[in-house]
Order: sequence, then structure tokens, then C-alpha cells
Amino acid sequence: MIRVELVKLVRRPRTWASILLLCALPTVVAVFIAVTHVAPSPGQGPALLSAVLANGTLYPAAALALVLPIFLPIAVSLMAGDAIAGEATSGMLRYLLARPVGRTRLLAAKLISVIAYVLGAVVLVAVTGYATGAGLFGTKPLLVTPHGLAASSIATSLSGTPMTPADIAMRTLGAVAFIGVSMLGVAAIALFLSTLTDSSLGAALGALAALITSGVLVALNSAAVVSPYLPTRYWLAWADFFREPILWRNIERGFAIQGVYVVVFVAAAWANFATKDVTS
Amino acid sequence: MIVTRGLTKRFGPVLAVDQVDLDVREGDRFGFLGPNGSGKTTVIRMLLGLVFATSGEIEVLGKPIPSRVREVLPRVGALVEGPSAYGHLSGRANLALIDAAGQVGLAGIDGRPVRKYSLGMRQRLGLAAALLRAPRLLVLDEPTNGLDPQGIREIRDLLVRLNEAGTTVFLSSHQLAEVEQLCTRVGIVNRGRLVLQAELSALRPVTGRVIVRSPDADRAAAELNGQVASRDGDQLVVTGTDPAALNARLVTAGLRVIEIRPERSSLEDLVLELTGPGADRIDRDAGQPGDHPPPATGDAP
Repeated sequence: MIRVELVKLVRRPRTWASILLLCALPTVVAVFIAVTHVAPSPGQGPALLSAVLANGTLYPAAALALVLPIFLPIAVSLMAGDAIAGEATSGMLRYLLARPVGRTRLLAAKLISVIAYVLGAVVLVAVTGYATGAGLFGTKPLLVTPHGLAASSIATSLSGTPMTPADIAMRTLGAVAFIGVSMLGVAAIALFLSTLTDSSLGAALGALAALITSGVLVALNSAAVVSPYLPTRYWLAWADFFREPILWRNIERGFAIQGVYVVVFVAAAWANFATKDVTS
Repeated sequence: MIVTRGLTKRFGPVLAVDQVDLDVREGDRFGFLGPNGSGKTTVIRMLLGLVFATSGEIEVLGKPIPSRVREVLPRVGALVEGPSAYGHLSGRANLALIDAAGQVGLAGIDGRPVRKYSLGMRQRLGLAAALLRAPRLLVLDEPTNGLDPQGIREIRDLLVRLNEAGTTVFLSSHQLAEVEQLCTRVGIVNRGRLVLQAELSALRPVTGRVIVRSPDADRAAAELNGQVASRDGDQLVVTGTDPAALNARLVTAGLRVIEIRPERSSLEDLVLELTGPGADRIDRDAGQPGDHPPPATGDAP
């Protein structure tokens, strides 16, 4: 069943269309920056973008930063929201279950397929970012400071450590893993909603609504009490991989909170799906 | 093969299935009849473990559903509320996905994506999928929906062949003529209740009249003067005799007979009498299914 779901994922045009779009956005941005040599100044615009002019191998992380706020959650919500609801809409759910594929197995296969999509999308964005970054920008030495990165040429006043290519690679891997896990939290919410409704779009929009609500509350000082438990609270903590020393506190919290969301919503999805009347 | 006892399903306030006691025996071609919205599909979904009963018991192939549904379903072929397939894949890919283990030879199947199939082709694909694992029991919800007359006939012949080879067939339909030609037993459901379950032959009692077709219909009508209830071309409906005696009489009189048989009342009359107006009509006095006591007929002998 897992193999079948993965085959379906790979053979579905929308999988590749969404990944293509995800990879296209950072590429377009890279081209603009490379042509104009005007990058956002440090502290403005998406994190890291200012540093990539100096060193293109940072671009994978910058590319993820570009798709993280909107593009990536939308794609992940759509795919995960479609997992069960899409089968219900197409009328295949009843045949899958009558085949019989156990409900738990089907949900597990869907979950694995969603995880494969999320991690695949994140990794492909990073790989595309590396290719465009290394191709379009230089590889000048960089300093990593407590406040983030700086090209060594302009950051001489800052106390920082030079970054080796291996260092950049390790930090980028950390960021890729962190963003991947953050997206799994989104996927778990959408998957749960996908078992509640027969409408893929409803499930996807529901997950996005949850994220937007979370984003608003995180920014709201008076909601500070709940903010540590919100799914988007630590989304941006991946940037802490690019500080010296690495600020592990928020990274750890981010991993932990996403783990909780994944466990809770996958369990809820299972509890609902295993006992649900399939009338689609 | 299928036994239900007191099977009941409530969707919120709606009693969709009410105390249904089905009994489908090995070797039956069982027709499950009823108007739209009478609960046929809900019963079928419960048999397949898709919908969970509110109360009552289900046994399919001698095992309880839904607790042991995974042991039962590999030997059951199902078509539920129309066929489904992944529109972007070909028919071959769909069959492979539905049963990655083994494919039956579907001669002539090509690489066209299923979304380009006609309704009839989809229906055939759905049936092919139901037949993939040589099931002991076929559960088919409206299997000939969307098929043209030739298609309906092919499916009917196929089901009879499979049945003769040992497959029990349980099919729902509201096309009574089709059921009449195909089934050996029928159950009639109305407003969620099984109002009748019996051998088809018992449901179609002879009317006491005889149908005769003869190229000499004019002379036959004269010969049988006073006994001919109606005439349609070369076909006469004759009263007050039995087929054997009538045949002897006609042949003695030198009249040629093409066909002679006892007239039976039609299933359609019976079903309409038992079920009343379609349940998807919203008449002012209709109320909820289940509010009405069942028609008095009960289970037939």
C-alpha cells in the first residue's frame, strides 16, 4: 500500500507542478538579485538574502526562507488535505477500503506519502537553491556572528567566525530538517481535517486558516500566553542555525512543538478515520 | 452468504435502515430492490464495513462484520454506487493499483486515461475490478447504471455465467425488468425496512391466463372466441384454460403456435404496490423514513 501511494504521488501531475512552482520562486528571485546586485540590506527582507550576494552556497537556506511563509504551507496543506478527502471525492475511498485496505494502513500509507512529499519538496527547493546560488553568486568568505551572517568584506567590525563550506552545509542541513519538520506539523493538521471532510479544498483551507490564525496570534502581544504553543511560533527559528554560537533554545522548542502537533493530529486523524462512516 | 439480524443505521435523526433481516444463500442471484433513498446503498456499505451499523448484526461468508471484515473482503467483489477510478491514470494502471497482485486479461484495454472513458466503459472497468480476485460473493450496487442495452445484456450474461460457476451475486437495482430477468431471489426495501424477501418465482404468481403467439392469430382468436382477453398483433392473452390444454386444442385445430406460456404478474406491479411513491419525492405528508409502519405484507413464504 505504501508503494502504491508513493507511485500515485510520483505519477500525479500536481505533485510536480507544485514542486516546480516552489523551485521557480527562489530561482526568479536569485536572477533578479544577480542581475541588479541589489539585495535587501541586512536585517531587512527575508533572512539571509543579504548575505547570498557574497556567497551563493547560502542560497538553499535563503530559498527555503522565501517559500516558507506562504508558498510551502499552501502546497503542503493542499497535498495533505487531499490525502483522504481526495479519495473520498473521487469515489475511490470506498473501493480502497473494500479491497480491503485496512483503514489504519491506508492512513499510514497516506501519511508516509505526505511526508515524502514534504521532505522531497523541501530538499528539492534546497537543491535548486544551491544550483542557482552557486551558479549566480560568488563564494566569498563569510563571517557568522551572534546576530547572523555577514560578508567578511563588510562585517570587519563585527566579531565573527569565518564559515567553511562544510560549516555552511551542516547549518543548511539543520535548517532543511527544521523547516521539513515544521511543514510536517502543517501536514498533520491538514491530514486530520482531510479525514473530517470529503472536500480536499475544505481540508486545505482549514489548515491554512489555522496557520493564519496562529500567525496573527504570535504577532499579538496580548496573546503571548498561548504563543509558545502555536504551530507557527518557532517557524523562523531555523535562522538560528546561522548564528554563532547556534541558538539551540528556539530550535529545540520548534522541533518539540512540531512533534507534539504531528503526534496529536495524526492520532486524531486515526481515531476519526478508523471509526468514520464512509458515505462518499 | 449474507445474514443480517435487526440491522439498523441512524444518521443523526434519520433512520436510514430499520431492522433489516437479510438472508442471502449460497448460489443465489439476489436482487435488492427499492426506490431511491430507501436504504439500499447504506445496507451495502454496512455489508462491506464502510458504514458502521447503529445496532444489529451482520455476517458475510459466515464471519461477523465489521470485526472480521479484512478476512471476508478479499473474497468479495464490490461495486458501490457507481465505479470510480483515478481519472489521470489509464485503465490498466487503475486495475494494477486496485489489485497490484494480479490482473485479469482485459483485452483491448489501452493507455487512455480513465477520465476520457465513457460512463459505460467506466462501469465495465469497475466490474472488472470487482472480478479481479475471482470472488465467492459479488456485491454490486446498480451494476448496469449507465450501460446501453447491449451492455446490460452482456453484464447480465456475465453474472449468470459467474453464478453458475459458483459465485453468489447480490445486486441492488431499481430497474425491475433487469432484476426480473436475472435474479432468483429478491428482497424489497422501502423507507429503510425490508418489506419482502422471497424467491422470485413465488413473487410472480401465475395469473391463470395464457399467452399465445401464433402466425394464425386471426383464426386462433376465432377458435377461442370469448376466451381472448386481449390481442396484440400475433399475441393473444387467453383466459379459462391452461397452456397444455390450449396448446393441444390449437394444434388439433391445425393452428401453428410460436410460443405458449402462463402469464405471470410483473414484479413491477408488486414493487409499486409495496413501496408507494419514490422516497426522493418530498410530499407534504411524507415525514421521515421510519415514521410509517411497514406495509403489512411482511416476509413472504
